[in-house]
Amino acid sequence: MFDTDIYSVNVGPVHPSTHGGLHAEAIMNGEIIEDVIVHLGYVHRSVEKIAEGKTYQQYVPYTARLDYLATNLPVMGYCQTVEKLLGIEIPERAEYIRVIMAELSRIASHQIAVAATGIDLGATTGLMYAMRDRERIMDIFAMTGGQRLLSSYIRIGGVAADIPEGFIPAVNDIVNDIPKMMDEYNDLLTGNEIWGARMKGVGVLKAEDAIAYGVTGPNLRASGISYDLRKAEPYSIYDRFDFVVPTRNSGDSLARWQVRIEEIGESGRIIKQALDGMPEGEIKGKVPKNLKPEAGAEVYHHIESSKGELGYYIVSDGGAKPYRLHVRAPSFINLMVLPLISRGGVFQDIITNIATLDPILGESDR
Amino acid sequence: MTETDVKVLASELKSQYGDNLNINADRFFTKLLVDKVKLLDLMQLLHDKYGFNQLSNLTSVDYGEEFEMVYHLYSIPENIKICVKTRIPRNMPEADSLITIWPAADWQEREVYDLMGIRFNGHPNLIRVLLPDDFDGHPLRKDFVRKG
Amino acid sequence: MALENAADKDTEELAKHNILVTTLDKLWDWGRSWSFWPLNYGCNCCPIEVMAAGAARFDQARFGYEVVRAVPRQADLLTVAGPITLKMKPAIERVWAQMPEPKWVIAMGNCAISGGPFKDGYSVLPGVDSIIPVDVYIPGCPVRPEALFHAMLELKKKVKQGDYRRS
Repeated sequence: MFDTDIYSVNVGPVHPSTHGGLHAEAIMNGEIIEDVIVHLGYVHRSVEKIAEGKTYQQYVPYTARLDYLATNLPVMGYCQTVEKLLGIEIPERAEYIRVIMAELSRIASHQIAVAATGIDLGATTGLMYAMRDRERIMDIFAMTGGQRLLSSYIRIGGVAADIPEGFIPAVNDIVNDIPKMMDEYNDLLTGNEIWGARMKGVGVLKAEDAIAYGVTGPNLRASGISYDLRKAEPYSIYDRFDFVVPTRNSGDSLARWQVRIEEIGESGRIIKQALDGMPEGEIKGKVPKNLKPEAGAEVYHHIESSKGELGYYIVSDGGAKPYRLHVRAPSFINLMVLPLISRGGVFQDIITNIATLDPILGESDR
Repeated sequence: MTETDVKVLASELKSQYGDNLNINADRFFTKLLVDKVKLLDLMQLLHDKYGFNQLSNLTSVDYGEEFEMVYHLYSIPENIKICVKTRIPRNMPEADSLITIWPAADWQEREVYDLMGIRFNGHPNLIRVLLPDDFDGHPLRKDFVRKG
Repeated sequence: MALENAADKDTEELAKHNILVTTLDKLWDWGRSWSFWPLNYGCNCCPIEVMAAGAARFDQARFGYEVVRAVPRQADLLTVAGPITLKMKPAIERVWAQMPEPKWVIAMGNCAISGGPFKDGYSVLPGVDSIIPVDVYIPGCPVRPEALFHAMLELKKKVKQGDYRRS
């Protein structure tokens, strides 16, 4: 009786779903999504070209601006890549401090995922609770690196300075409160009927599709593949810690959401073990004043970032600046499945899918 | 498969591809440098027979006379790794698209086209991904000059 | 003493008798300055601090600026947080054109002021004031929420005095 038209509706790039400048063009057939065309590049800041003009040390703050919700993770990944290239040894104490800062960043990033998913789906209280909890971690970053959000506390060779007086009690407080935080998020949101109706069965990503499309991180683990680089290819000192990799099998938005909340708990366990085992000692290894890897040397190193596999590929020509630096951005590759999981759903599922894929546009567009 | 098995795999491939394949290794990866014409063939074999189901990283480097395409492959969940490279002449920058083997190659090849200017045969939607469509030039090339 | 002449121009004298003399513009400016309606816009790291400014710890509602609108046609303050890239330029020009007068811009962060750390690149504009007029510049990388409030309060002073362009 009524004909429906095929038309396109733009979600973004200026949109309150605060993932940055993501432009998803939805091709709609009435209420049903036929296809989603993703336009990226609104936050493309030519970060890879800038790397060719900066020394290895000068480039460290740029890596913090890649994944700005979990800043210590990309900085650690970059520093480890350069250390691998040059064969620099890191003292034990610095390794422990790095792991604590990295896991705090992972918790902060997942808390923003909770906050942003909350407000995208209309639950503003989720935003308020998660941001309140995240402020405690911001205080730790300000205490150590001097900066709330984009601290370059982790440096090539170790960390910038030793941990200050109030660090250990403050981190202990956060770690002890993590089960309470998780309970609050679960009570407020996960068990909520509306939450379940909007997330269960929405945006299903099958395991074989996830691997074929290169999806990594919590998105892959929510589809049943228990693959975490901290266990599969342990870097730093992660092989010393006892933790579980949360996995779910359904591959839908609710599964991705639950995996992230459980990862907050597991990160808390790692931090507790790191605090207990931290030795005394130096916080920076022997780093030559002029970092000049040998000509022709190249390295690809990847870490488990909060979004997935974050990799750095550096090629050196013997000079003080990289010849080529490429960032393997997990968000760029994870977003490739957005059309796949949205087809056949209704329009509001695009928002749910973007929120639970948890992309970060700074890293995706570089 | 372990690291030693990767070396066994590499020598098996060497006997199969002969002069079209060169093998070397550094502290981090076993690297297969394959001729451009045999790239798709080799990648299909690595995926189907040897189980490298994850195309982890796809990128390109500008070496002046030639471009080099670099691929890092992994197998999930065993986490075996290998690196494949191929060289492309600057005056004819084309390579075969790997999208039929790993859909993960889709946007990564678009990015290489956008920033380095290498065309991929067989890619269904080879348009710019990070820069505006009317941008002039390929910025990651060493001879790119910024205008204005 | 009773007021004998109603046409008396001495505003101080009038004020003693609880009579306020002003212009409508001054009244509207006073009202606008106490409640800007920011547009929900951001690209990159600075909008995370905008989110933090709106959340419970820093709380922009204390100043009256919590009515954040998603639609440019309902907003009057554009806080440009983050770099303007080549692809974003037409989007932000369009959003600016869709906002009704009077409207103001805060250039938040080094990227919006001058391109910031990315000005050496090929895809970032050298500041948002190359495409739209800016009222307040607040430097920082990223801008702390307290600094963002300082910028908003500076804009409030400016608007209260009527010191901005009129259509």
